Order: sequence, then C-alpha cells, then structure tokens
Amino acid sequence: MTIMMERGAARGGGQGRQGLLLPRLLAGGRKLAEHRATFGQLPLRRFTGEEGRRKLIRAVTDAGLRGRGGAGFPTGLKMASVAAGAKRPVVIANGCESEPASRKDKMLMVCAPHLVLDGAVLAAHAVGADRVYLCIERGTSVADRLEREIAQRDDPVKWKVVRVPRRYVSSEESALVHLINDGDGRPMTAPPRPYEKGVGGRPTLVDNVETLAHVALIATYGPEWFRQVGTREDPGSTLVTVGGAVARPNVYEISPGMRLGEVLDAAGGVVEPIGAVLVGGYFGTWVSMPDGWGMPLSHDRTGPQGTSLGGGGIVALPAESCGLAETARVVRYLAEESAQQCGPCMFGLPAIAQDLAAVAYGRCDPATRQRLSRRIAQVTRRGACRHPDGATKLAMSALTTFAADLETHMSGWTCTGVSRDPILPLPSRQHRDRTWK
Amino acid sequence: MSAPNAEGLRLQVDMIKCVGHASCRELLPERVSLDEWGYPIIETDPLPSDLVTHARRAVAACPTLALRVDGKVARVRTQ
Amino acid sequence: MPDVSLWHVARATGLVSTLLLTITVLLGILGPLRVGTAAWPRFTLAGLHRNISLLSMVLLGLHVVAVAVDSYVPITWTDLFVPFVSAYHPLWMGLGTISFDIILALLVTSMLRPRINPRFWRVLHWSAYLCWPLALVHGLGIGTDALSGWPLGLSVFCTLAVLAGVGWRVVAARKKTLARLS
Repeated sequence: MTIMMERGAARGGGQGRQGLLLPRLLAGGRKLAEHRATFGQLPLRRFTGEEGRRKLIRAVTDAGLRGRGGAGFPTGLKMASVAAGAKRPVVIANGCESEPASRKDKMLMVCAPHLVLDGAVLAAHAVGADRVYLCIERGTSVADRLEREIAQRDDPVKWKVVRVPRRYVSSEESALVHLINDGDGRPMTAPPRPYEKGVGGRPTLVDNVETLAHVALIATYGPEWFRQVGTREDPGSTLVTVGGAVARPNVYEISPGMRLGEVLDAAGGVVEPIGAVLVGGYFGTWVSMPDGWGMPLSHDRTGPQGTSLGGGGIVALPAESCGLAETARVVRYLAEESAQQCGPCMFGLPAIAQDLAAVAYGRCDPATRQRLSRRIAQVTRRGACRHPDGATKLAMSALTTFAADLETHMSGWTCTGVSRDPILPLPSRQHRDRTWK
Repeated sequence: MSAPNAEGLRLQVDMIKCVGHASCRELLPERVSLDEWGYPIIETDPLPSDLVTHARRAVAACPTLALRVDGKVARVRTQ
Repeated sequence: MPDVSLWHVARATGLVSTLLLTITVLLGILGPLRVGTAAWPRFTLAGLHRNISLLSMVLLGLHVVAVAVDSYVPITWTDLFVPFVSAYHPLWMGLGTISFDIILALLVTSMLRPRINPRFWRVLHWSAYLCWPLALVHGLGIGTDALSGWPLGLSVFCTLAVLAGVGWRVVAARKKTLARLS
C-alpha cells in the first residue's frame, strides 16, 4: 500500500502547510530505530508520579484531542474518568477497524506501529494501568507484525494482542470488553460503560489506535503544537480513507476544517462527475454534490444533515451510479452484521433493508415508502448499542440526499445506475466471520 | 396524569435481555407500546408519581428481568 | 383411628399436588409460547403459574409431613430429603424425594431471582421438566391404589396434558415462535 506523503517544512515542531497533507502521524518509520530517530525516546520522564500523570491528562485535554474511532469523544475527559476509578484501570487499543470503507488504522499500524505503541504506553501511564490489550481483526498479518514490533521494545506495561472476529459490531467498546472477559465478541448493555467497569470489572480506557498515536505526539511536542492545525473545536490532524471515483484512492492525513472538495483534490481529484460523497463511513451521511464541495470536514456535526467525519471514511459516488441501490446494499450488509441480541435490530434492519431494496430496484409504492420511514423511526435508538442507529442514519440520509432519484424510482422510470458496478466496498463472505469467539 | 415523581425515576429496558414477551405492555400501557415485531417501545421520561407502583409491578412481571426503574438514564429517545 | 386418617391425608395431598404441579407445568410452558388473551393476559397467566406452584408446595408440604409423622409406615424425616435410604419402598420413595428436593431448589431460586445469575436460574428452572415425571412415577409406584380407578385416570390425564404441552413447545421452538431467550 503506497502512502501519499508530501514532507512539509520542519517536521514535528513546525507549521504544516495550512490545510494540506501533513506528515505528522506518517513522519516516522516502521521500525523502532527509525521511529526513535524521528521522535526521540518515549517522553515518560516528563510525566513521573501522580503529579506527572495529571499533567499528561491535562496536556491531552488542553490539546483538545477527540477520539478518532468515530465517536469523537474528548480523549482527555475519557482518560480522567478512567483514572478516577477505584480499581486499577486497563487500556484497550482498538485497532479493529471493522468499517469496510476505512483503512487508516491498518495503515497506521503497519507504517507507524511504534507511534501507536508509544501512545498506548503513555495512556496506560496516565490512567495508572499496567496492562494494554491491542485489539486487531483477524485475517491479516497486522497482529503478527505488531507482536514482532512489541518484542523489540522494553515497556513498563504487559502487552496482550487480541485477535478479534471479523464482524462489524465486534469493534465496539463493550464488545471488545466482552470478548476479553468471556470470549464472546458481542456488544453488552450499558450502564455500566467500559470506562466505569470493563475488563475484569476494572475501569477500562478504550481508545482508537490513531487517537493513541496523537497522544504520543502531544506528549512529545505539547498541546500548543497539536493545535497548530485543525479548528478550535476539532484540533490536530486526522486520517481519512478516500475512495470511490477519485484518481488516487488512499489514506490521507488532513486537518479538520479542510473542505470536502479539497480532500477530493488531494486524492487526485474526481475521475468522473460525482453526485454525492459518503462522509463518515457506513454510519455516516451522503453529502450532495456539487453543493457540498465547500463543506468543511470535522468531527463535529456540520452541514444540513449533521455530517461528521466519524471514522474518516470518504467515498465519492459517480453521478451515474444509484445512491439508493448502493445504500440498499450496505444496509443489507449492516443487517446481516447485527449481533441478533435486540429485537428492533434483529428484525427491523432486515425489514428496512428489504424496503430500501424495493425502493432502489423500482418496486416502490407510496405504502412502502411510508413503511420505510415508520420502520426507521421505530428502530432508531432502540438497540443496546449504536449499530441500528448508524444503519438508520445512513438510510435516512440516502432518502434525503437522493430524494430526486427517489421520485424517479417511484414514478416507475428505470434507473440505469442500478446496473453499474458497486462503488461502496463490502467484505466478501470469506472475509467475514460467523463466530463471535 | 399526575406530576412527575420526586426522585426522577424512569422505566428503562435492557434490550439484550428483552425477548418481546410484552407483559409490560399489558401492565403499563400508558408508557409502553409495541413495535411491529412485538418489542416494547418505552417512554423513558420520568414517571408520573401515580404510575410508579404500576411500573414496579411491570418490572417484577418481566420474565427475563429486562426492566428496571431507577433514576440513572441510559439512553433517552428523543422522538 | 388416627393413623389411618394421616394416611388419607398423605394420599389425598399427594394426588392433588400432582394435579396442581401438572397445571403449574402447563402454565409455565405457556409463558415462552406467548399465549395470552384480553381476558387472560400474559401477566395473569404468569401470576397463576407462580401462585399455583406455591399452592402445590403447600399441599406437598402437608404430604411429606403426614408421611413422616405417620407411624404406620417406617418413613423418617431424613427420607424426605435424602433419596433411596428409606426402609419403605426405597426406589419409589427416592424418586419422590428427588422431586421434592428439586421443588425446594426451584422455590428458593425463584425467591432469590433478582439476586442470582439469570442463566443459572434458567438452567435450574428447566429441572422442573425432570421434577414433574419423577413425582408422577413416584405416585404410580408407591401409591397403594394408584394403578386403578380414578387415581389411574388422573395420572393418565396429567401425562397426556404435559405431553401435549411439551410437544407444542418443541414444535414452537423449531418454528422459532418462542420468546427468544438469550
């Protein structure tokens, strides 16, 4: 996998070229020696003792770092909550990335593993944990590579690499805790949330691997440096996976505040006229184009549909493709990926997927359309986890953004887009697991 | 409907434990309706004080103990 | 004569508690099958299951006490809780004793239900399907007139009813119309 890197001015301490590719996360190397040459030793010495831990958490809080796994929750706040627990905490580094439209975590773990590992050690130190679980999906060599890199290091934590079943919901916080505790990778009911009671009943910090990489950078260069790019509410740099009808689909490091059109240009520009862009992966929203060209990207919800970067998946959909058909395919996948624990998700998502397919493939009447809206409302927020919410959000967004197409489908006109090759990526059957163990 | 109860108690359900038995719907139709698959849709605002006893009865009647009445909010539906 | 009337008490309470246990089992099966009407809603049937089980335990309590107190047969208090050590028909007594022990376990676990592991409660509650046939066979084996007349008719009726109920439950499980229990 080639990575687009344009080495900017001074590495690390300097100003990245405003709004363009920034070699922050991707500035170091794959091996320990290269990594240390770029970033120096692990800055644990600056944060010794209780006072040091608090200082580190404060630095992360002041930097304004937000989770890069999709939820965008303030990392410093999460760390403080975990550190305040009664029992000795545990850290989970979440490198599962079960989102098919996203590759940034895998790339980060392969190209900058020691930045991630440094971040995990620092996070463990900050909350007072002595154990880190590195959760990685099975089926690739990433877990093996990380085990080899860990063996090169000498860290004050116990590492445990956990190979997680390839299921969409298994990367969820409580699912990881469940897998580690009981060998069952299905989400659990909250309360209590993992930060209160997780692995072994202990407060558990679950952070995305990119988030942890940023923690390492903040500990090395400070919160002011971190804030040199990005916006006030969403500072720092962030990785996005750009795919679909662009010249160079790949992972890019951008700064929040950058416009959607600029990001597409950074990926080589579009190769054909596009009708919409999916922002935020499969729990995201469709942004209509060319109206959305100037939309600033952020982990906050901006724009008319509350669009957020989420986990950073961005897919450009050609105007000739049918957004409703693409969405119907993805929602069917999401329905198949339900943990089958809660009625509304287990029964509602397949029903919604069926209605969407009817809409997309022209078998739509007003009754189906109404039933679809009703079912979407019935299913949202009625599961134990956010899985049904993400799916219904995507469905709603498609109905809004592709409203004109919807009218066409409903009047009985044939849509040529449905016969085009699919654009949104989905894992094939052999790349999905059926087990929860 | 009387005023909300003083302790801010709400009826909430653990959707993983819930199997759609719907005894709760029978016992507390004022706060529980059913979706098309037979699962409860619960009004999670604080209970009116005259319904608290009925809510506790619904909690006791649930065959999988999926319901609870307490003041902590897990997920609130804004509909 | 006092001894004979204690025997009558034991026999009567044995027969009636068998009937009540049968009704309890049938009502218990109805729960997962989601049976209910406007006049007999599910929470009512669930409440009946609970109350009739308690009633049958009261009668069962009288049954075991009468049998232990009665000096006509050599059944001791120990024999009520420890199976197969009785001097009187050890096999048939033993089956009854096991059944009684299971019922005590069901009673205690159901009273403590909110406090114990839900899966443990559920697995233990399934032993009711063992408890019931043991009670029935105990009655057929040890009852002096159990194999004739209306006591036999009662046993046959109870057996057919439970077989029908269990059969329905098995079919419903295959058709996935049961309340799904995690």
